[in-house]
Amino acid sequence: MKYIDEYRDPEIAGGLLAGIEKLSRQLARPVTIMEVCGSHTQAIGRYGIRKMLPDGIRLISGPGCPVCVTSVQDVDTALWLAAQPNVIFTTFGDMLRVPGTGSRSLQQLRAEGADIRVVASAADCIGLALENPQREIIFMGIGFETTSPTIAATVVTVQKKQLKNLTVFSVHKVIPPAIKALIDDPALQIDGFLCPGHVSIITGADAYRCITDAGLAAVITGFEPVDVLEGIYMLLRQLQEKEKEVVIQYGRGVKKEGNHKALELLEKVFIPSDARWRGLGVIPGSGLAFRDSFADFDALRKFTVPELASEEIKGCRCGDILRGIIEPPACPLFRKICTPNNPTGPCMVSSEGTCAAYYRYL
Amino acid sequence: MCIAFPGKIISIDNDNYAILDIGGTQREACLDIIDEQVGIGDYVICHAGFAIHKVDEQTAQEKLEFLKHLIDNEIY
Repeated sequence: MKYIDEYRDPEIAGGLLAGIEKLSRQLARPVTIMEVCGSHTQAIGRYGIRKMLPDGIRLISGPGCPVCVTSVQDVDTALWLAAQPNVIFTTFGDMLRVPGTGSRSLQQLRAEGADIRVVASAADCIGLALENPQREIIFMGIGFETTSPTIAATVVTVQKKQLKNLTVFSVHKVIPPAIKALIDDPALQIDGFLCPGHVSIITGADAYRCITDAGLAAVITGFEPVDVLEGIYMLLRQLQEKEKEVVIQYGRGVKKEGNHKALELLEKVFIPSDARWRGLGVIPGSGLAFRDSFADFDALRKFTVPELASEEIKGCRCGDILRGIIEPPACPLFRKICTPNNPTGPCMVSSEGTCAAYYRYL
Repeated sequence: MCIAFPGKIISIDNDNYAILDIGGTQREACLDIIDEQVGIGDYVICHAGFAIHKVDEQTAQEKLEFLKHLIDNEIY
């Protein structure tokens, strides 16, 4: 496949690895790099990159898997909404098995008879709303800046078509405030970040200024093995320099200024709000709520959700894993009780979850 | 979840939807979000049913040449 196969070239990967070893020797100190994005976590596991790197370089996984960071409270709210009469509840496939309070999931609710459907695109809900004019369609909008503009575009289309039976439960999150929270966390000592390539298509490079302002390295990186290795190589190079700036490894995908049209759509439909992240708690300005001009599409305004008594999963260390404090094998449930077929915590659910990647590839 | 794939545009309809060829598989993608002019034959990065970026072919090619040069001259 064009733009994929070339970036899996073993000769280039070998050359970059030799370069990483050389820079690591020159730096002569241990380096900790966080890959923010779940797709990076998966690529690093799948291509065995962690094991290839010299001993002094440690990769830790961050909070960049949207279903993993969805709070128990939000999962419980989704379960309540999906159980309402006359509702067709839709979401992306990864969300179905994420456990809420008492390990209840949308998948279980569906097995009990709720009408819960997986869609590949938010735009699929438009057809569903047109075909089912007597039913209420609720889409659980989840994802970072890569995904939220697709939901914003869908909502704008729904408004134009004057459809009244489609709302969105928005649990979208934005990445930079979470990175800032990690930088400020004294329990973490990170030298640099591999920044998420596909989020950056939308946000552009300036979104990560908080990293370089803190004197840390930042490289916007793609997802093929050559991309990840070059991202690490560029990050080590940056650690040798005094001045730090956000650099783009993933140049075929990311423009410095981002995608203006997508950013304008986000701005038009959503307003920043505080959001609760699993493991990180409430981070100010890290969520997206509907602007008043789009209030009709907000599921939380159309349906009055009662106070739900949410409880974290006992023994699950996903919160610490999402902050990079521990690696999955340090969780007592990992591989024993918690497996991809029977996940206890959210990081074992999605193939991009840190626990799932460790389970599959470690 | 931010998985996205490069695909080649093989047709565009009146509703601003394109059919993409992604490694031999055909997928539909909405062009409402992309902020550059695209046409048949262009490669776009597609996510959750939407094209989000036009691949910069020149940058992609230059990058591979740059990497080969870097490895030959500075690393080995």
